[in-house]
Amino acid sequence: MINVTIDGIKASVPDGSTILQAAKNVGINIPTLCYHPDQSVKANCRVCVCEVEGNRLLQAACSQPVFEGMVIKTRTPKVIEARKTILELILAHHPQDCLNCIRNENCELQSLAAEYFIRDNPFELKVRGLAKDLSTPSLFRDPNKCVLCRRCIEACSVVQIVNALGLEERGSHAMVVPSLGKDLIDSPCIMCGQCIHACPVGAIGEVEDIDKLLAAIADPETVVVTQIAPAVRLALSEEIGMNTGDLPMEVFVAGLKQIGFDHVLHTNFTADLTILEEGNELLKRLSTGGTLPMFTSCSPGWINFCETFYPDLLDNLSTCKSPQQMFGSLVKTYWADKMGIAPSKIFSVSIMPCVAKKFEASRPEMNASGFRDVDIVLTTREIGRLFRMSGVDFRKLAPQPFSPWMGEYTGAAVIFGATGGVMEAALRTVYEVVMQETLEDVNFTVARGFEGIKEAEVDLNGTVVKVAIAHGLGHARKLMDQVRAGESPYHFIEIMACPGGCVGGGGQPITKANVKRIERLDAIYIEDEAMPVRKSHENVEVKKIYEDFLHEPLGHKSHELLHTHYHAKNKSFL
Amino acid sequence: MAEEMRIVLRNYGKIDPLKIDDYIASGGYNALNKARGMSQADLINEVKASNLRGRGGAGFNCGAKWNFAYQAQADQKYVICNADEGEPGTYKDRLIMEGDPQSLLEGMAICGYAIGATQGFIYCRGEYPSVVKTLNAAIAQAKEKGVLGDFSIEVRMGAGAYVCGEETALIESIEGKRGEPRIKPPFPPVIGLWGKPTIVNNVETFANIPAIVEKGAAWYAGIGTPSYPGTKIVTLTGDVVNKTFFEVPTDTTIREVIFGFGGGILGGKAFKAVQIGGTSGAFIPAANLDTPIGFDAMTAIGAALGSGAVFVLNDTRDIVDVTARIAKFFAHESCGKCAPCREGTMRMHDLMDKINAGQGKAADVALLNKLGRVMSYSCLCGLGQAAPSPVLTTIEHFAADYNAKLA
Repeated sequence: MINVTIDGIKASVPDGSTILQAAKNVGINIPTLCYHPDQSVKANCRVCVCEVEGNRLLQAACSQPVFEGMVIKTRTPKVIEARKTILELILAHHPQDCLNCIRNENCELQSLAAEYFIRDNPFELKVRGLAKDLSTPSLFRDPNKCVLCRRCIEACSVVQIVNALGLEERGSHAMVVPSLGKDLIDSPCIMCGQCIHACPVGAIGEVEDIDKLLAAIADPETVVVTQIAPAVRLALSEEIGMNTGDLPMEVFVAGLKQIGFDHVLHTNFTADLTILEEGNELLKRLSTGGTLPMFTSCSPGWINFCETFYPDLLDNLSTCKSPQQMFGSLVKTYWADKMGIAPSKIFSVSIMPCVAKKFEASRPEMNASGFRDVDIVLTTREIGRLFRMSGVDFRKLAPQPFSPWMGEYTGAAVIFGATGGVMEAALRTVYEVVMQETLEDVNFTVARGFEGIKEAEVDLNGTVVKVAIAHGLGHARKLMDQVRAGESPYHFIEIMACPGGCVGGGGQPITKANVKRIERLDAIYIEDEAMPVRKSHENVEVKKIYEDFLHEPLGHKSHELLHTHYHAKNKSFL
Repeated sequence: MAEEMRIVLRNYGKIDPLKIDDYIASGGYNALNKARGMSQADLINEVKASNLRGRGGAGFNCGAKWNFAYQAQADQKYVICNADEGEPGTYKDRLIMEGDPQSLLEGMAICGYAIGATQGFIYCRGEYPSVVKTLNAAIAQAKEKGVLGDFSIEVRMGAGAYVCGEETALIESIEGKRGEPRIKPPFPPVIGLWGKPTIVNNVETFANIPAIVEKGAAWYAGIGTPSYPGTKIVTLTGDVVNKTFFEVPTDTTIREVIFGFGGGILGGKAFKAVQIGGTSGAFIPAANLDTPIGFDAMTAIGAALGSGAVFVLNDTRDIVDVTARIAKFFAHESCGKCAPCREGTMRMHDLMDKINAGQGKAADVALLNKLGRVMSYSCLCGLGQAAPSPVLTTIEHFAADYNAKLA
């Protein structure tokens, strides 16, 4: 332990602590901007500078380790003047359009400007005048707002190892740019949107589709139908002022109905369906010598990643469409038929924790129904905005049920939102299908948790199936490189592009720290635990769709509507 | 008047720099041999006792720095010579490398032995291609002669960024990365090039080493001013009669440099100011001319010895205009990593241009002062910390020149 004095408070702090950590220990919060709890220390914004007795230079609290007897002052006139001046400098080179910024009221720079009551900035406003990058259907970049903290670069190059972002120029011309100065769409970007979470300001955000939804709702001829992805409900709670997970599902449904959705269905239905298709695909590959290990295909960021960086491994990907796209092709065929609604009148909306889903929905091949299978994708954040705009008071809403045929789901579908969830759900079903016996304890806890790579073995009648799970593409790379080298011991690999899985998706409420992702994971398993049915193959509506429409997993109809193929991105510069 | 005293330039103009035999004949590599006969600890103590302080600008005790790298446990350590001589008006390192390259190699090899490194790099300014040729020739000869033993030296060229003279930015550049300073601590003697303990010393520092080892710490410590002993090469530019270089003991005063060695102000004009240490140096008025150039004496008047560049202005010069151009230089050379330097150098340039164009107000001068003060202790590296110095010191000493330009 090291003894320090901070603003007159004597404290003993662990060796290796920074001033920032030491101050936190004694209840002093030092302002930060470039600091990110899960990233390397950058010390480039200098907002956290403090005085250290005996040193003329101010020290960045985020990077400066404490030493024995250190006397630290965190709010002297010198410190306050420095912090204010630095904030003024940053603000004077940043558009002053907070009111119509996507991060208004959720911006670290805005908060700092308020905390340090920046009023009359002595520096003249200068804006870089760079063009917005609107090249992708998923996310945009506004380089004018960038404060050069470099957190997006670390999210992209260290967490995801995609390396789509880098630095160009220097001095006040320095800027973060997609690699080789290209637009995002032509860069290696896989549209996971983790950079959105890393960004402290509004320099990166999701492409918004709320207006398209409002137009559809306003049209009396259009039947607006929505699906809700597994990880949305618990995180949406955060957007509407509740604790993670506290919004009851049926109240969420009621809220959507109040906004004007005609029918609310659930992606969880097709998550259960995915288990039957994908589980049977795995068994088929195992028994017929198909390409192994098989990779899950639910995460569109991961699909983009595989198509971009591992095009030689596309045969390993399950041919199953993601639950979103299975839903899309069924809602305008099976469901339209059941409901007696002309598919041409259906406007298919999906509510996702994801920005890559927007790109996925726009893929040209995603029109198996004869129409655009999914018309628009809204993120959890957009739905939050929509609820706030519509003035929905969830405390006063009576619960409402899902519409029939594609609204039922099991606990196995719920956990799709967590890293390891698809694997666990698949094992619950595959076990019973192969063993022809009831699985008493459905909890495959080895598949749970925030560890980067998890692995497990399941003995199925003498056949040992080895599985692995990775979340965050940096971790996925390790498993992929093993496969590429022909050294993978696994039969089945689950990959989720985002840290934590969909709970940490690029479309979720801005999530700076992994602790939040872990909190959401906990909420998922609580929900699963409370479900009366927790195995996908016991979903009654899923049984019904096989009886009435699909007939069998991997059958002709499934092939037509539920499975797809992949394309190498051929990004030659990689 | 003080006499020139040549230690680092001991062979300059006397030997053929491209003939290692000339160097050896003049006593070259005796020091390295002597060093290798000493224990590493004794050698480091000798350098420490000489009180040689880094000639690159920060003035850290050289032996103490070496000791950190010596103490650090690692399978590989590195010696880097900072030859990225980017300070406008400074060419002392070029003199050494062009005139006596072997003395630099010998100094590096002694350091390598002291800390336990077998690999050295010379990071040479990109604008010095001819120097690179000389260095490579010298290295080849030393290798052929076998004088360096197991110590190898490679030359790496910079690409023109001023910030790469900052030791950690230099290391990043050698590693093939964007030239930007690292956060300190850790310091390079503990974690440096490719994460290994690394000594980065300036050319002039290394060139002092053979003489210190050969003649002893006590001899060296007795030269010049005790807190910063030895000599310093000064390079004179601007409105001075002798626009050339001199190697002088560190107790020489600024007045002696300009009016003695320099021969006074050109064209019989009056002295106005001198900027010492390079572009980031303070502008010093006549009142401080009797300050010795040694590190601490300069610090005491709010200046810095820095690289030893001496840029003299006569009283017809427009010092606001000069300072505005310097501000432009720093706005251009800031790497952009830390906010106060990235934004601050740009604002300084804007404000200086505004004042220089006759559109400034007293509030602009006050803002420059505050901005400069904040930058001087908030920026991540020496570039941003020192960049405001010309602005702050001209405002301090030549306020009338600013006032005359205000709108």
